[in-house]
Amino acid sequence: MKRIISVLMENEAGALSRVVGLFSQRGYNIDTLTVAPTDDETLSRLTLTTGGDDRMIEQIVKQLHKLIDTVKVIELSEGAHIERELMIVKIKASTSDMRAELKRCSDIFRGHIIDVTAATYTIQLVGDSDKLDAFIGALVDVGTMEVVRSGVVGISRGDKFLHV
Amino acid sequence: MELLSGGDIIVRALRDAGVNFVWGYPGGAALHIYDAIFRQDDVHHLLVRHEQAAVHAADGFSRATGQVGTALVTSGPGATNAITGIATAYMDSIPLVVISGQVPLTKIGQDAFQETDMVGVSRPIVKHSFLVTRAEDIAATIAKAYYIASTGRPGPVVVDIPKDVTDPNYKVAYRFPDKVVMRSYQPSSRGHKGQIKRAAKVLLDAKRPVIYAGGGVIIDNASEHLRELVRLLNYPVTNTLMGLGAYPGSDPLFVGMLGMHGTYEANAAMHDADVIFAVGARFDDRVTNDLEKFCPRATIIHIDVDPTSVSKNIEAHIPIVGTCSAVLREMVSIIKQAPQSPDSVAIDAWWTQINQWRAEHGIYTQPRYEPSAGNLIKPQDVIKMLYEVTEGKAYVTSDVGQHQMFAAQYYLFDQPRQWINSGGLGTMGFGLPAAMGVQLAFPDAHVACVTGEGSIQMCIQELSTCTQHQLPIKIINLNNAALGMVRQWQDMNYSSRYAESLYEDSLPDFVALAEAYGHVGMRIEHIDELAPKMRECFALKDRVVFMDICVDRAEHVYPMQVPGGSMRELWLNKSEKT
Repeated sequence: MKRIISVLMENEAGALSRVVGLFSQRGYNIDTLTVAPTDDETLSRLTLTTGGDDRMIEQIVKQLHKLIDTVKVIELSEGAHIERELMIVKIKASTSDMRAELKRCSDIFRGHIIDVTAATYTIQLVGDSDKLDAFIGALVDVGTMEVVRSGVVGISRGDKFLHV
Repeated sequence: MELLSGGDIIVRALRDAGVNFVWGYPGGAALHIYDAIFRQDDVHHLLVRHEQAAVHAADGFSRATGQVGTALVTSGPGATNAITGIATAYMDSIPLVVISGQVPLTKIGQDAFQETDMVGVSRPIVKHSFLVTRAEDIAATIAKAYYIASTGRPGPVVVDIPKDVTDPNYKVAYRFPDKVVMRSYQPSSRGHKGQIKRAAKVLLDAKRPVIYAGGGVIIDNASEHLRELVRLLNYPVTNTLMGLGAYPGSDPLFVGMLGMHGTYEANAAMHDADVIFAVGARFDDRVTNDLEKFCPRATIIHIDVDPTSVSKNIEAHIPIVGTCSAVLREMVSIIKQAPQSPDSVAIDAWWTQINQWRAEHGIYTQPRYEPSAGNLIKPQDVIKMLYEVTEGKAYVTSDVGQHQMFAAQYYLFDQPRQWINSGGLGTMGFGLPAAMGVQLAFPDAHVACVTGEGSIQMCIQELSTCTQHQLPIKIINLNNAALGMVRQWQDMNYSSRYAESLYEDSLPDFVALAEAYGHVGMRIEHIDELAPKMRECFALKDRVVFMDICVDRAEHVYPMQVPGGSMRELWLNKSEKT
């Protein structure tokens, strides 16, 4: 099962490498990882997804918390949450049939065509990871040229919020 | 405010952090710092012969005193040589600050001469690390480094300082912070009161309890609290290899060390226990043996300051995250006020069982090895003689291997910080430099380095450091002309095929070697020489004495847990298993 962990860290040189190092050192997997400064530029927020049983996730959360630069750690997937991932797909679209089909498909998934050439469409799609997977699945027959995904970001639902 | 250069700020900040001694080795990137050391008298520098030894010596100093140890090395090879020492301290949670010179900021990333990414290389083996990029940040960073190293679960902190940051011509205002506050690091804690109460109840209800105390008790200076708790309860206590001395080794309630080379009674008691009270211990694989078979009937209470240690290997039924001293103190006060006292009938029966185990296979009730005779000196008897001659009061450092286990088994440590060894990482070469650190801290104490002819050669160059700084340590070399523990495993698991564990023809003359460094050398080949020579050795107060003692080459360390078994499944000697 996919687990989403959010970490607030000091925005210091080397902080990210400590997180990444921790995962390889302890034999944990990282499926996705995103990191960027928050509105408070002294803090970075890092969201990662991983797999594992409850005990392993508990260890991961504790180990992340143990890092000196870590301010807060939560497992988002433990409670109600919203997750989003951004994907940009470049697809061959050289005939009017293909173009029409891709436009329809993109609309169904609420994607946006953000770049067009004579031979390609570039489509942007936002959603949870399953939706992005489904879109790729729908394009199997067409064949994608290039896919880029941002990794998951997420936030708790309701009044809960992650802060210092 | 006083204006100082980066180099001077480092030394001043060390002074203000309470540092008297720095072990180190100079080199290009650290020369501004060394010049600053030269121009003052508050911080004393001790030159070693290899950077690994600088870190081990700082580590030994820290283990013996409880203070943070400090080492200073240069960039590149100086930094990488320090790595084994840092990893050793990390595994045993020893507070150190290691300052490394770095190439100038302007050269970082250019593969400059003696450039190594020290922060990167050391990352998995430090509690934290810093790369200082401005002279203005040095004092605050050093203050943070000492704070982080010494609080919570202690550990080594690396401070990497590029040469241009220590430029003698660039001066900035110096101010050492009175207090360190970090929003991302607030080590706790006193432990959850409710959990401590629950644990006290379980402990008082126990019929077959064992108190399992580890290095955390020593690190947190909680030995007195542990002793008080045991006095109240009259329960059996076992110490881990790192915990020896936390509870007195000569006390009747002490059932010996547990684990791979622990006593039969300690391992059997753990296996049959209904309550295990683990304090400052981490259920290491050298303790538990097969996790699936570990203590099947026990309710586990686990006290540790580091949440990641709790339920990492063994699920704790009652986890308590807090410092050993705070939790034990609270526990003692709860138990004193409890309406209930321990179940004396059950505890008496439990002691009867334990005493029966002691009588059957205990190593303290009678010798479980052939006696020494003539030229056959048993390594166990050497340790017993060391104990006798030093009246059980020496600081004993060790290297890694059979001699380490014999020392752990047969020197009964009554005080915390008396036994100093590399338990987690198992670093051969640790013993001699660690002994230097201990002797520096306690110039009048007996400091014995129990070692083997394999381990001692890994940092033997430090005999020269002992000369320079007048550190009269005593080296007890159990010379069996082989990598003894390797050979033991080869006997047990590889049909005695001694792959690269023998080197008899190439061993040095240790007596001549010691003399070459200006020390006293002794070679002991007959059991009758052991007592008088050992006395002579320790009577030579101001000299380093190297006792090269030829011990039985065929001896194995027993008991030894059977791999893949439960705790109580042990080899008792070469032919007998439990």
